[in-house]
Amino acid sequence: MNHLPVIVRQHIAAFRALLVFTVLLGLIYPAVMVGVSQLAFHHQANGSLVSSNGRVVGSGLLCQEFADANGNPLPQYFQPRPSDAVNAADKTDYGCDPGFSAASNLGPDNPAEVQLVRQRQQAIAAFDHVAVSQLPPDAVTASASGLDPDISPQNAAIQVSRVAAARQLPVSTVKALVAQFTRGRTLGILGEPTVNVLKLNIALDQLSARSGG
Amino acid sequence: MSSAVAGWLQFALLFVALAACYVPLGNYMARIFTSKEHWRVERAVYKLCGIDPEADMRWGVYARSVLAFSVVSVLFLYLLERTQHWLPLSAGMANVSPTTAWNTAASFTTNTNWQNYSGESTMSYLTQMGGLTVQNFASAAVGLAVAIAVVRGFIRSRTDKLGNFWVDLVRGTFRLLLPIVVIGTIILVASGVIENFAAFHTVTTLAGGHQVIPGGPVASQEVIKELGNNGGGFFNANSAHPFENPNPFTNIFEIFLLLLVPFCLPRTFGKLVGDNKQGYALLAVMVIIWAAAVGGISFFEMQHAGAAAQLAHGAAEGTETRFGTPGCSLFAASTTVTSTGAVNCFHDSLTPFGGAITLGDMALGEITPGGIGSGLYGILILAIVTVFVAGLMVGRTPEYIGKKIRPAEMKYAALYFLTTPLLVLGAAGLSIGVKAGQAAIFNPGPHGLTEVMYAFASMGNNNGSAFAGLGTAATWYQVTGGIVMLLSRFAPEIFALGLAGSLARQAPVPQSAGTLDTRTPLFVGMLVGVILILVGLTYFPALALGPFAEGLH
Repeated sequence: MNHLPVIVRQHIAAFRALLVFTVLLGLIYPAVMVGVSQLAFHHQANGSLVSSNGRVVGSGLLCQEFADANGNPLPQYFQPRPSDAVNAADKTDYGCDPGFSAASNLGPDNPAEVQLVRQRQQAIAAFDHVAVSQLPPDAVTASASGLDPDISPQNAAIQVSRVAAARQLPVSTVKALVAQFTRGRTLGILGEPTVNVLKLNIALDQLSARSGG
Repeated sequence: MSSAVAGWLQFALLFVALAACYVPLGNYMARIFTSKEHWRVERAVYKLCGIDPEADMRWGVYARSVLAFSVVSVLFLYLLERTQHWLPLSAGMANVSPTTAWNTAASFTTNTNWQNYSGESTMSYLTQMGGLTVQNFASAAVGLAVAIAVVRGFIRSRTDKLGNFWVDLVRGTFRLLLPIVVIGTIILVASGVIENFAAFHTVTTLAGGHQVIPGGPVASQEVIKELGNNGGGFFNANSAHPFENPNPFTNIFEIFLLLLVPFCLPRTFGKLVGDNKQGYALLAVMVIIWAAAVGGISFFEMQHAGAAAQLAHGAAEGTETRFGTPGCSLFAASTTVTSTGAVNCFHDSLTPFGGAITLGDMALGEITPGGIGSGLYGILILAIVTVFVAGLMVGRTPEYIGKKIRPAEMKYAALYFLTTPLLVLGAAGLSIGVKAGQAAIFNPGPHGLTEVMYAFASMGNNNGSAFAGLGTAATWYQVTGGIVMLLSRFAPEIFALGLAGSLARQAPVPQSAGTLDTRTPLFVGMLVGVILILVGLTYFPALALGPFAEGLH
């Protein structure tokens, strides 16, 4: 090979180095990591799936829609945040579609964003019978991933009466369940308090089933 | 506890964790690049590649090796994307389109990781691992190698040799990145990040609908994406996606990873030049600007200016509930002062001045602390400009770390500094001027200009975050963006190596009473001032027309 010009030899060395990197870092490293993860952390490595009545209903890390076929929110369930994770080609996709994680990317002064916030405020105020001034920011804004599994405790609080009424459960019972599913800051300082919507709704279904509802 | 107080305690915790790593990791990196020993596995790699690890390279050879490796990487990645449909693990993904493949190949090879595609619907698992993950390692290690070669310019004298690129590349990868990444992957998976080869599958939801559950080797890519200051997400939503960043702990851990190496490199520099205080001076500059960015973004996001944010009572658009405003602000500041570009909240929806700070962070040239390696050589160039300015004031030939800064060195430094702004402002101006560029602007008014500026500032400084409202999948932005990324990564690297070659040939100058002490708070203040003034003069008109016009309106 030494009869080749230096520049060619350099590129051949570079190509061989890249192949070695590709095998070691692009194939062996991820494969070993997948192997170890599947053995040691099977639940987490596969998406922290959650079940209800023995049936896998989704992931505890991904929001899902609690809506009828037309996209209208079901009153008996707590509702997730607005979501832009939709398949634009599918007219029956209303959000929380993990095949299409996305944010709105609307700027804070964009008239379209102002209008969206106003529409959501009116819709939620009517749905939950609460004043617009009581609505927390996360209820009327789309999340970053479009898959936010959580809502703020304030957002859960404004939904309690409506859920309780739809399920004919005492408000205090639903409130207690929300409190049970409210997670504080990690180590007291990291992140924000949250309520996981899917886990809360699964618990609600179980509660309703027990009380014969 | 109020959100703001918790946010500051979160910042303090991160600061302490990084501070604890400064000395040990900085010293370890210095040992990696000075050790005479080759590990057995490294010898095997050198043999497989046909490389002589004992060869010492002149700066030109070093630079050509960097370029050769990068050219081959761009071509390989492009071909992998263009043929993924016919390769294993394709799971039905089509071949990537030519312009997207070009842009992505340039993007990942230059450590930018600008993305104008959605990972979950564009890239096969094989492309994600064998192409993108590999470049996440390699582009980071290239930056690190160049930084070490530049430092050798200061510590060597009367030589034209700067070390061996291949040895630096391999050691940076296998002695530094890989061990941290393996531990980091296990920590992330244990905390909920997915790591599997399962195909996307559908489940029936609680309410009876259907939902796709994505899969993929995400954690193993997530860690190197942060540690290597890459920032290209497995999924479109990047580190906002719950499968990439599921909870507040993984969030702070990912921020820690992306700041770790850039913040510890000043220690490596101090150790290598035999004066740890020189490292502390550079570190001080980096910490001041980082902390100011965190404080600024947190303040403006808490204030939630902007008509829609005011109406909603908070700047929650494009943020995740579990991170909140403090978690978003800390991530946004840290990802833009390093050249990472991963996001956990979408910068396009930040308040006008919060967004302006993220843009300003990138305009600073990614040096406080900057990208892995590129941050160190970048701030060394600015330190040279600073001693030059100081030298002009007192009429002495400036010196830095025992080397004279003569016209030859200053030319390299000036070329280094001018390349990126020229590319960024030129390409942004051109995009505003042509129809193809205007057509992709999504938000109206000054915000639209900010989007274009942000796009090229991000690509030109190899950051990769975006004001994603801009339709960057348009052919115009894909093609010009790829060119900007390649030129603004490799031209400055060549100038930095040229500078190092020039420095290495000099004999060291002994310190005298007239030497400016570059270890003092005075120098730290001057360096901060020079960085802000140079960048301010360069970008102020564009910033005034974009975010400032929007924020003051």
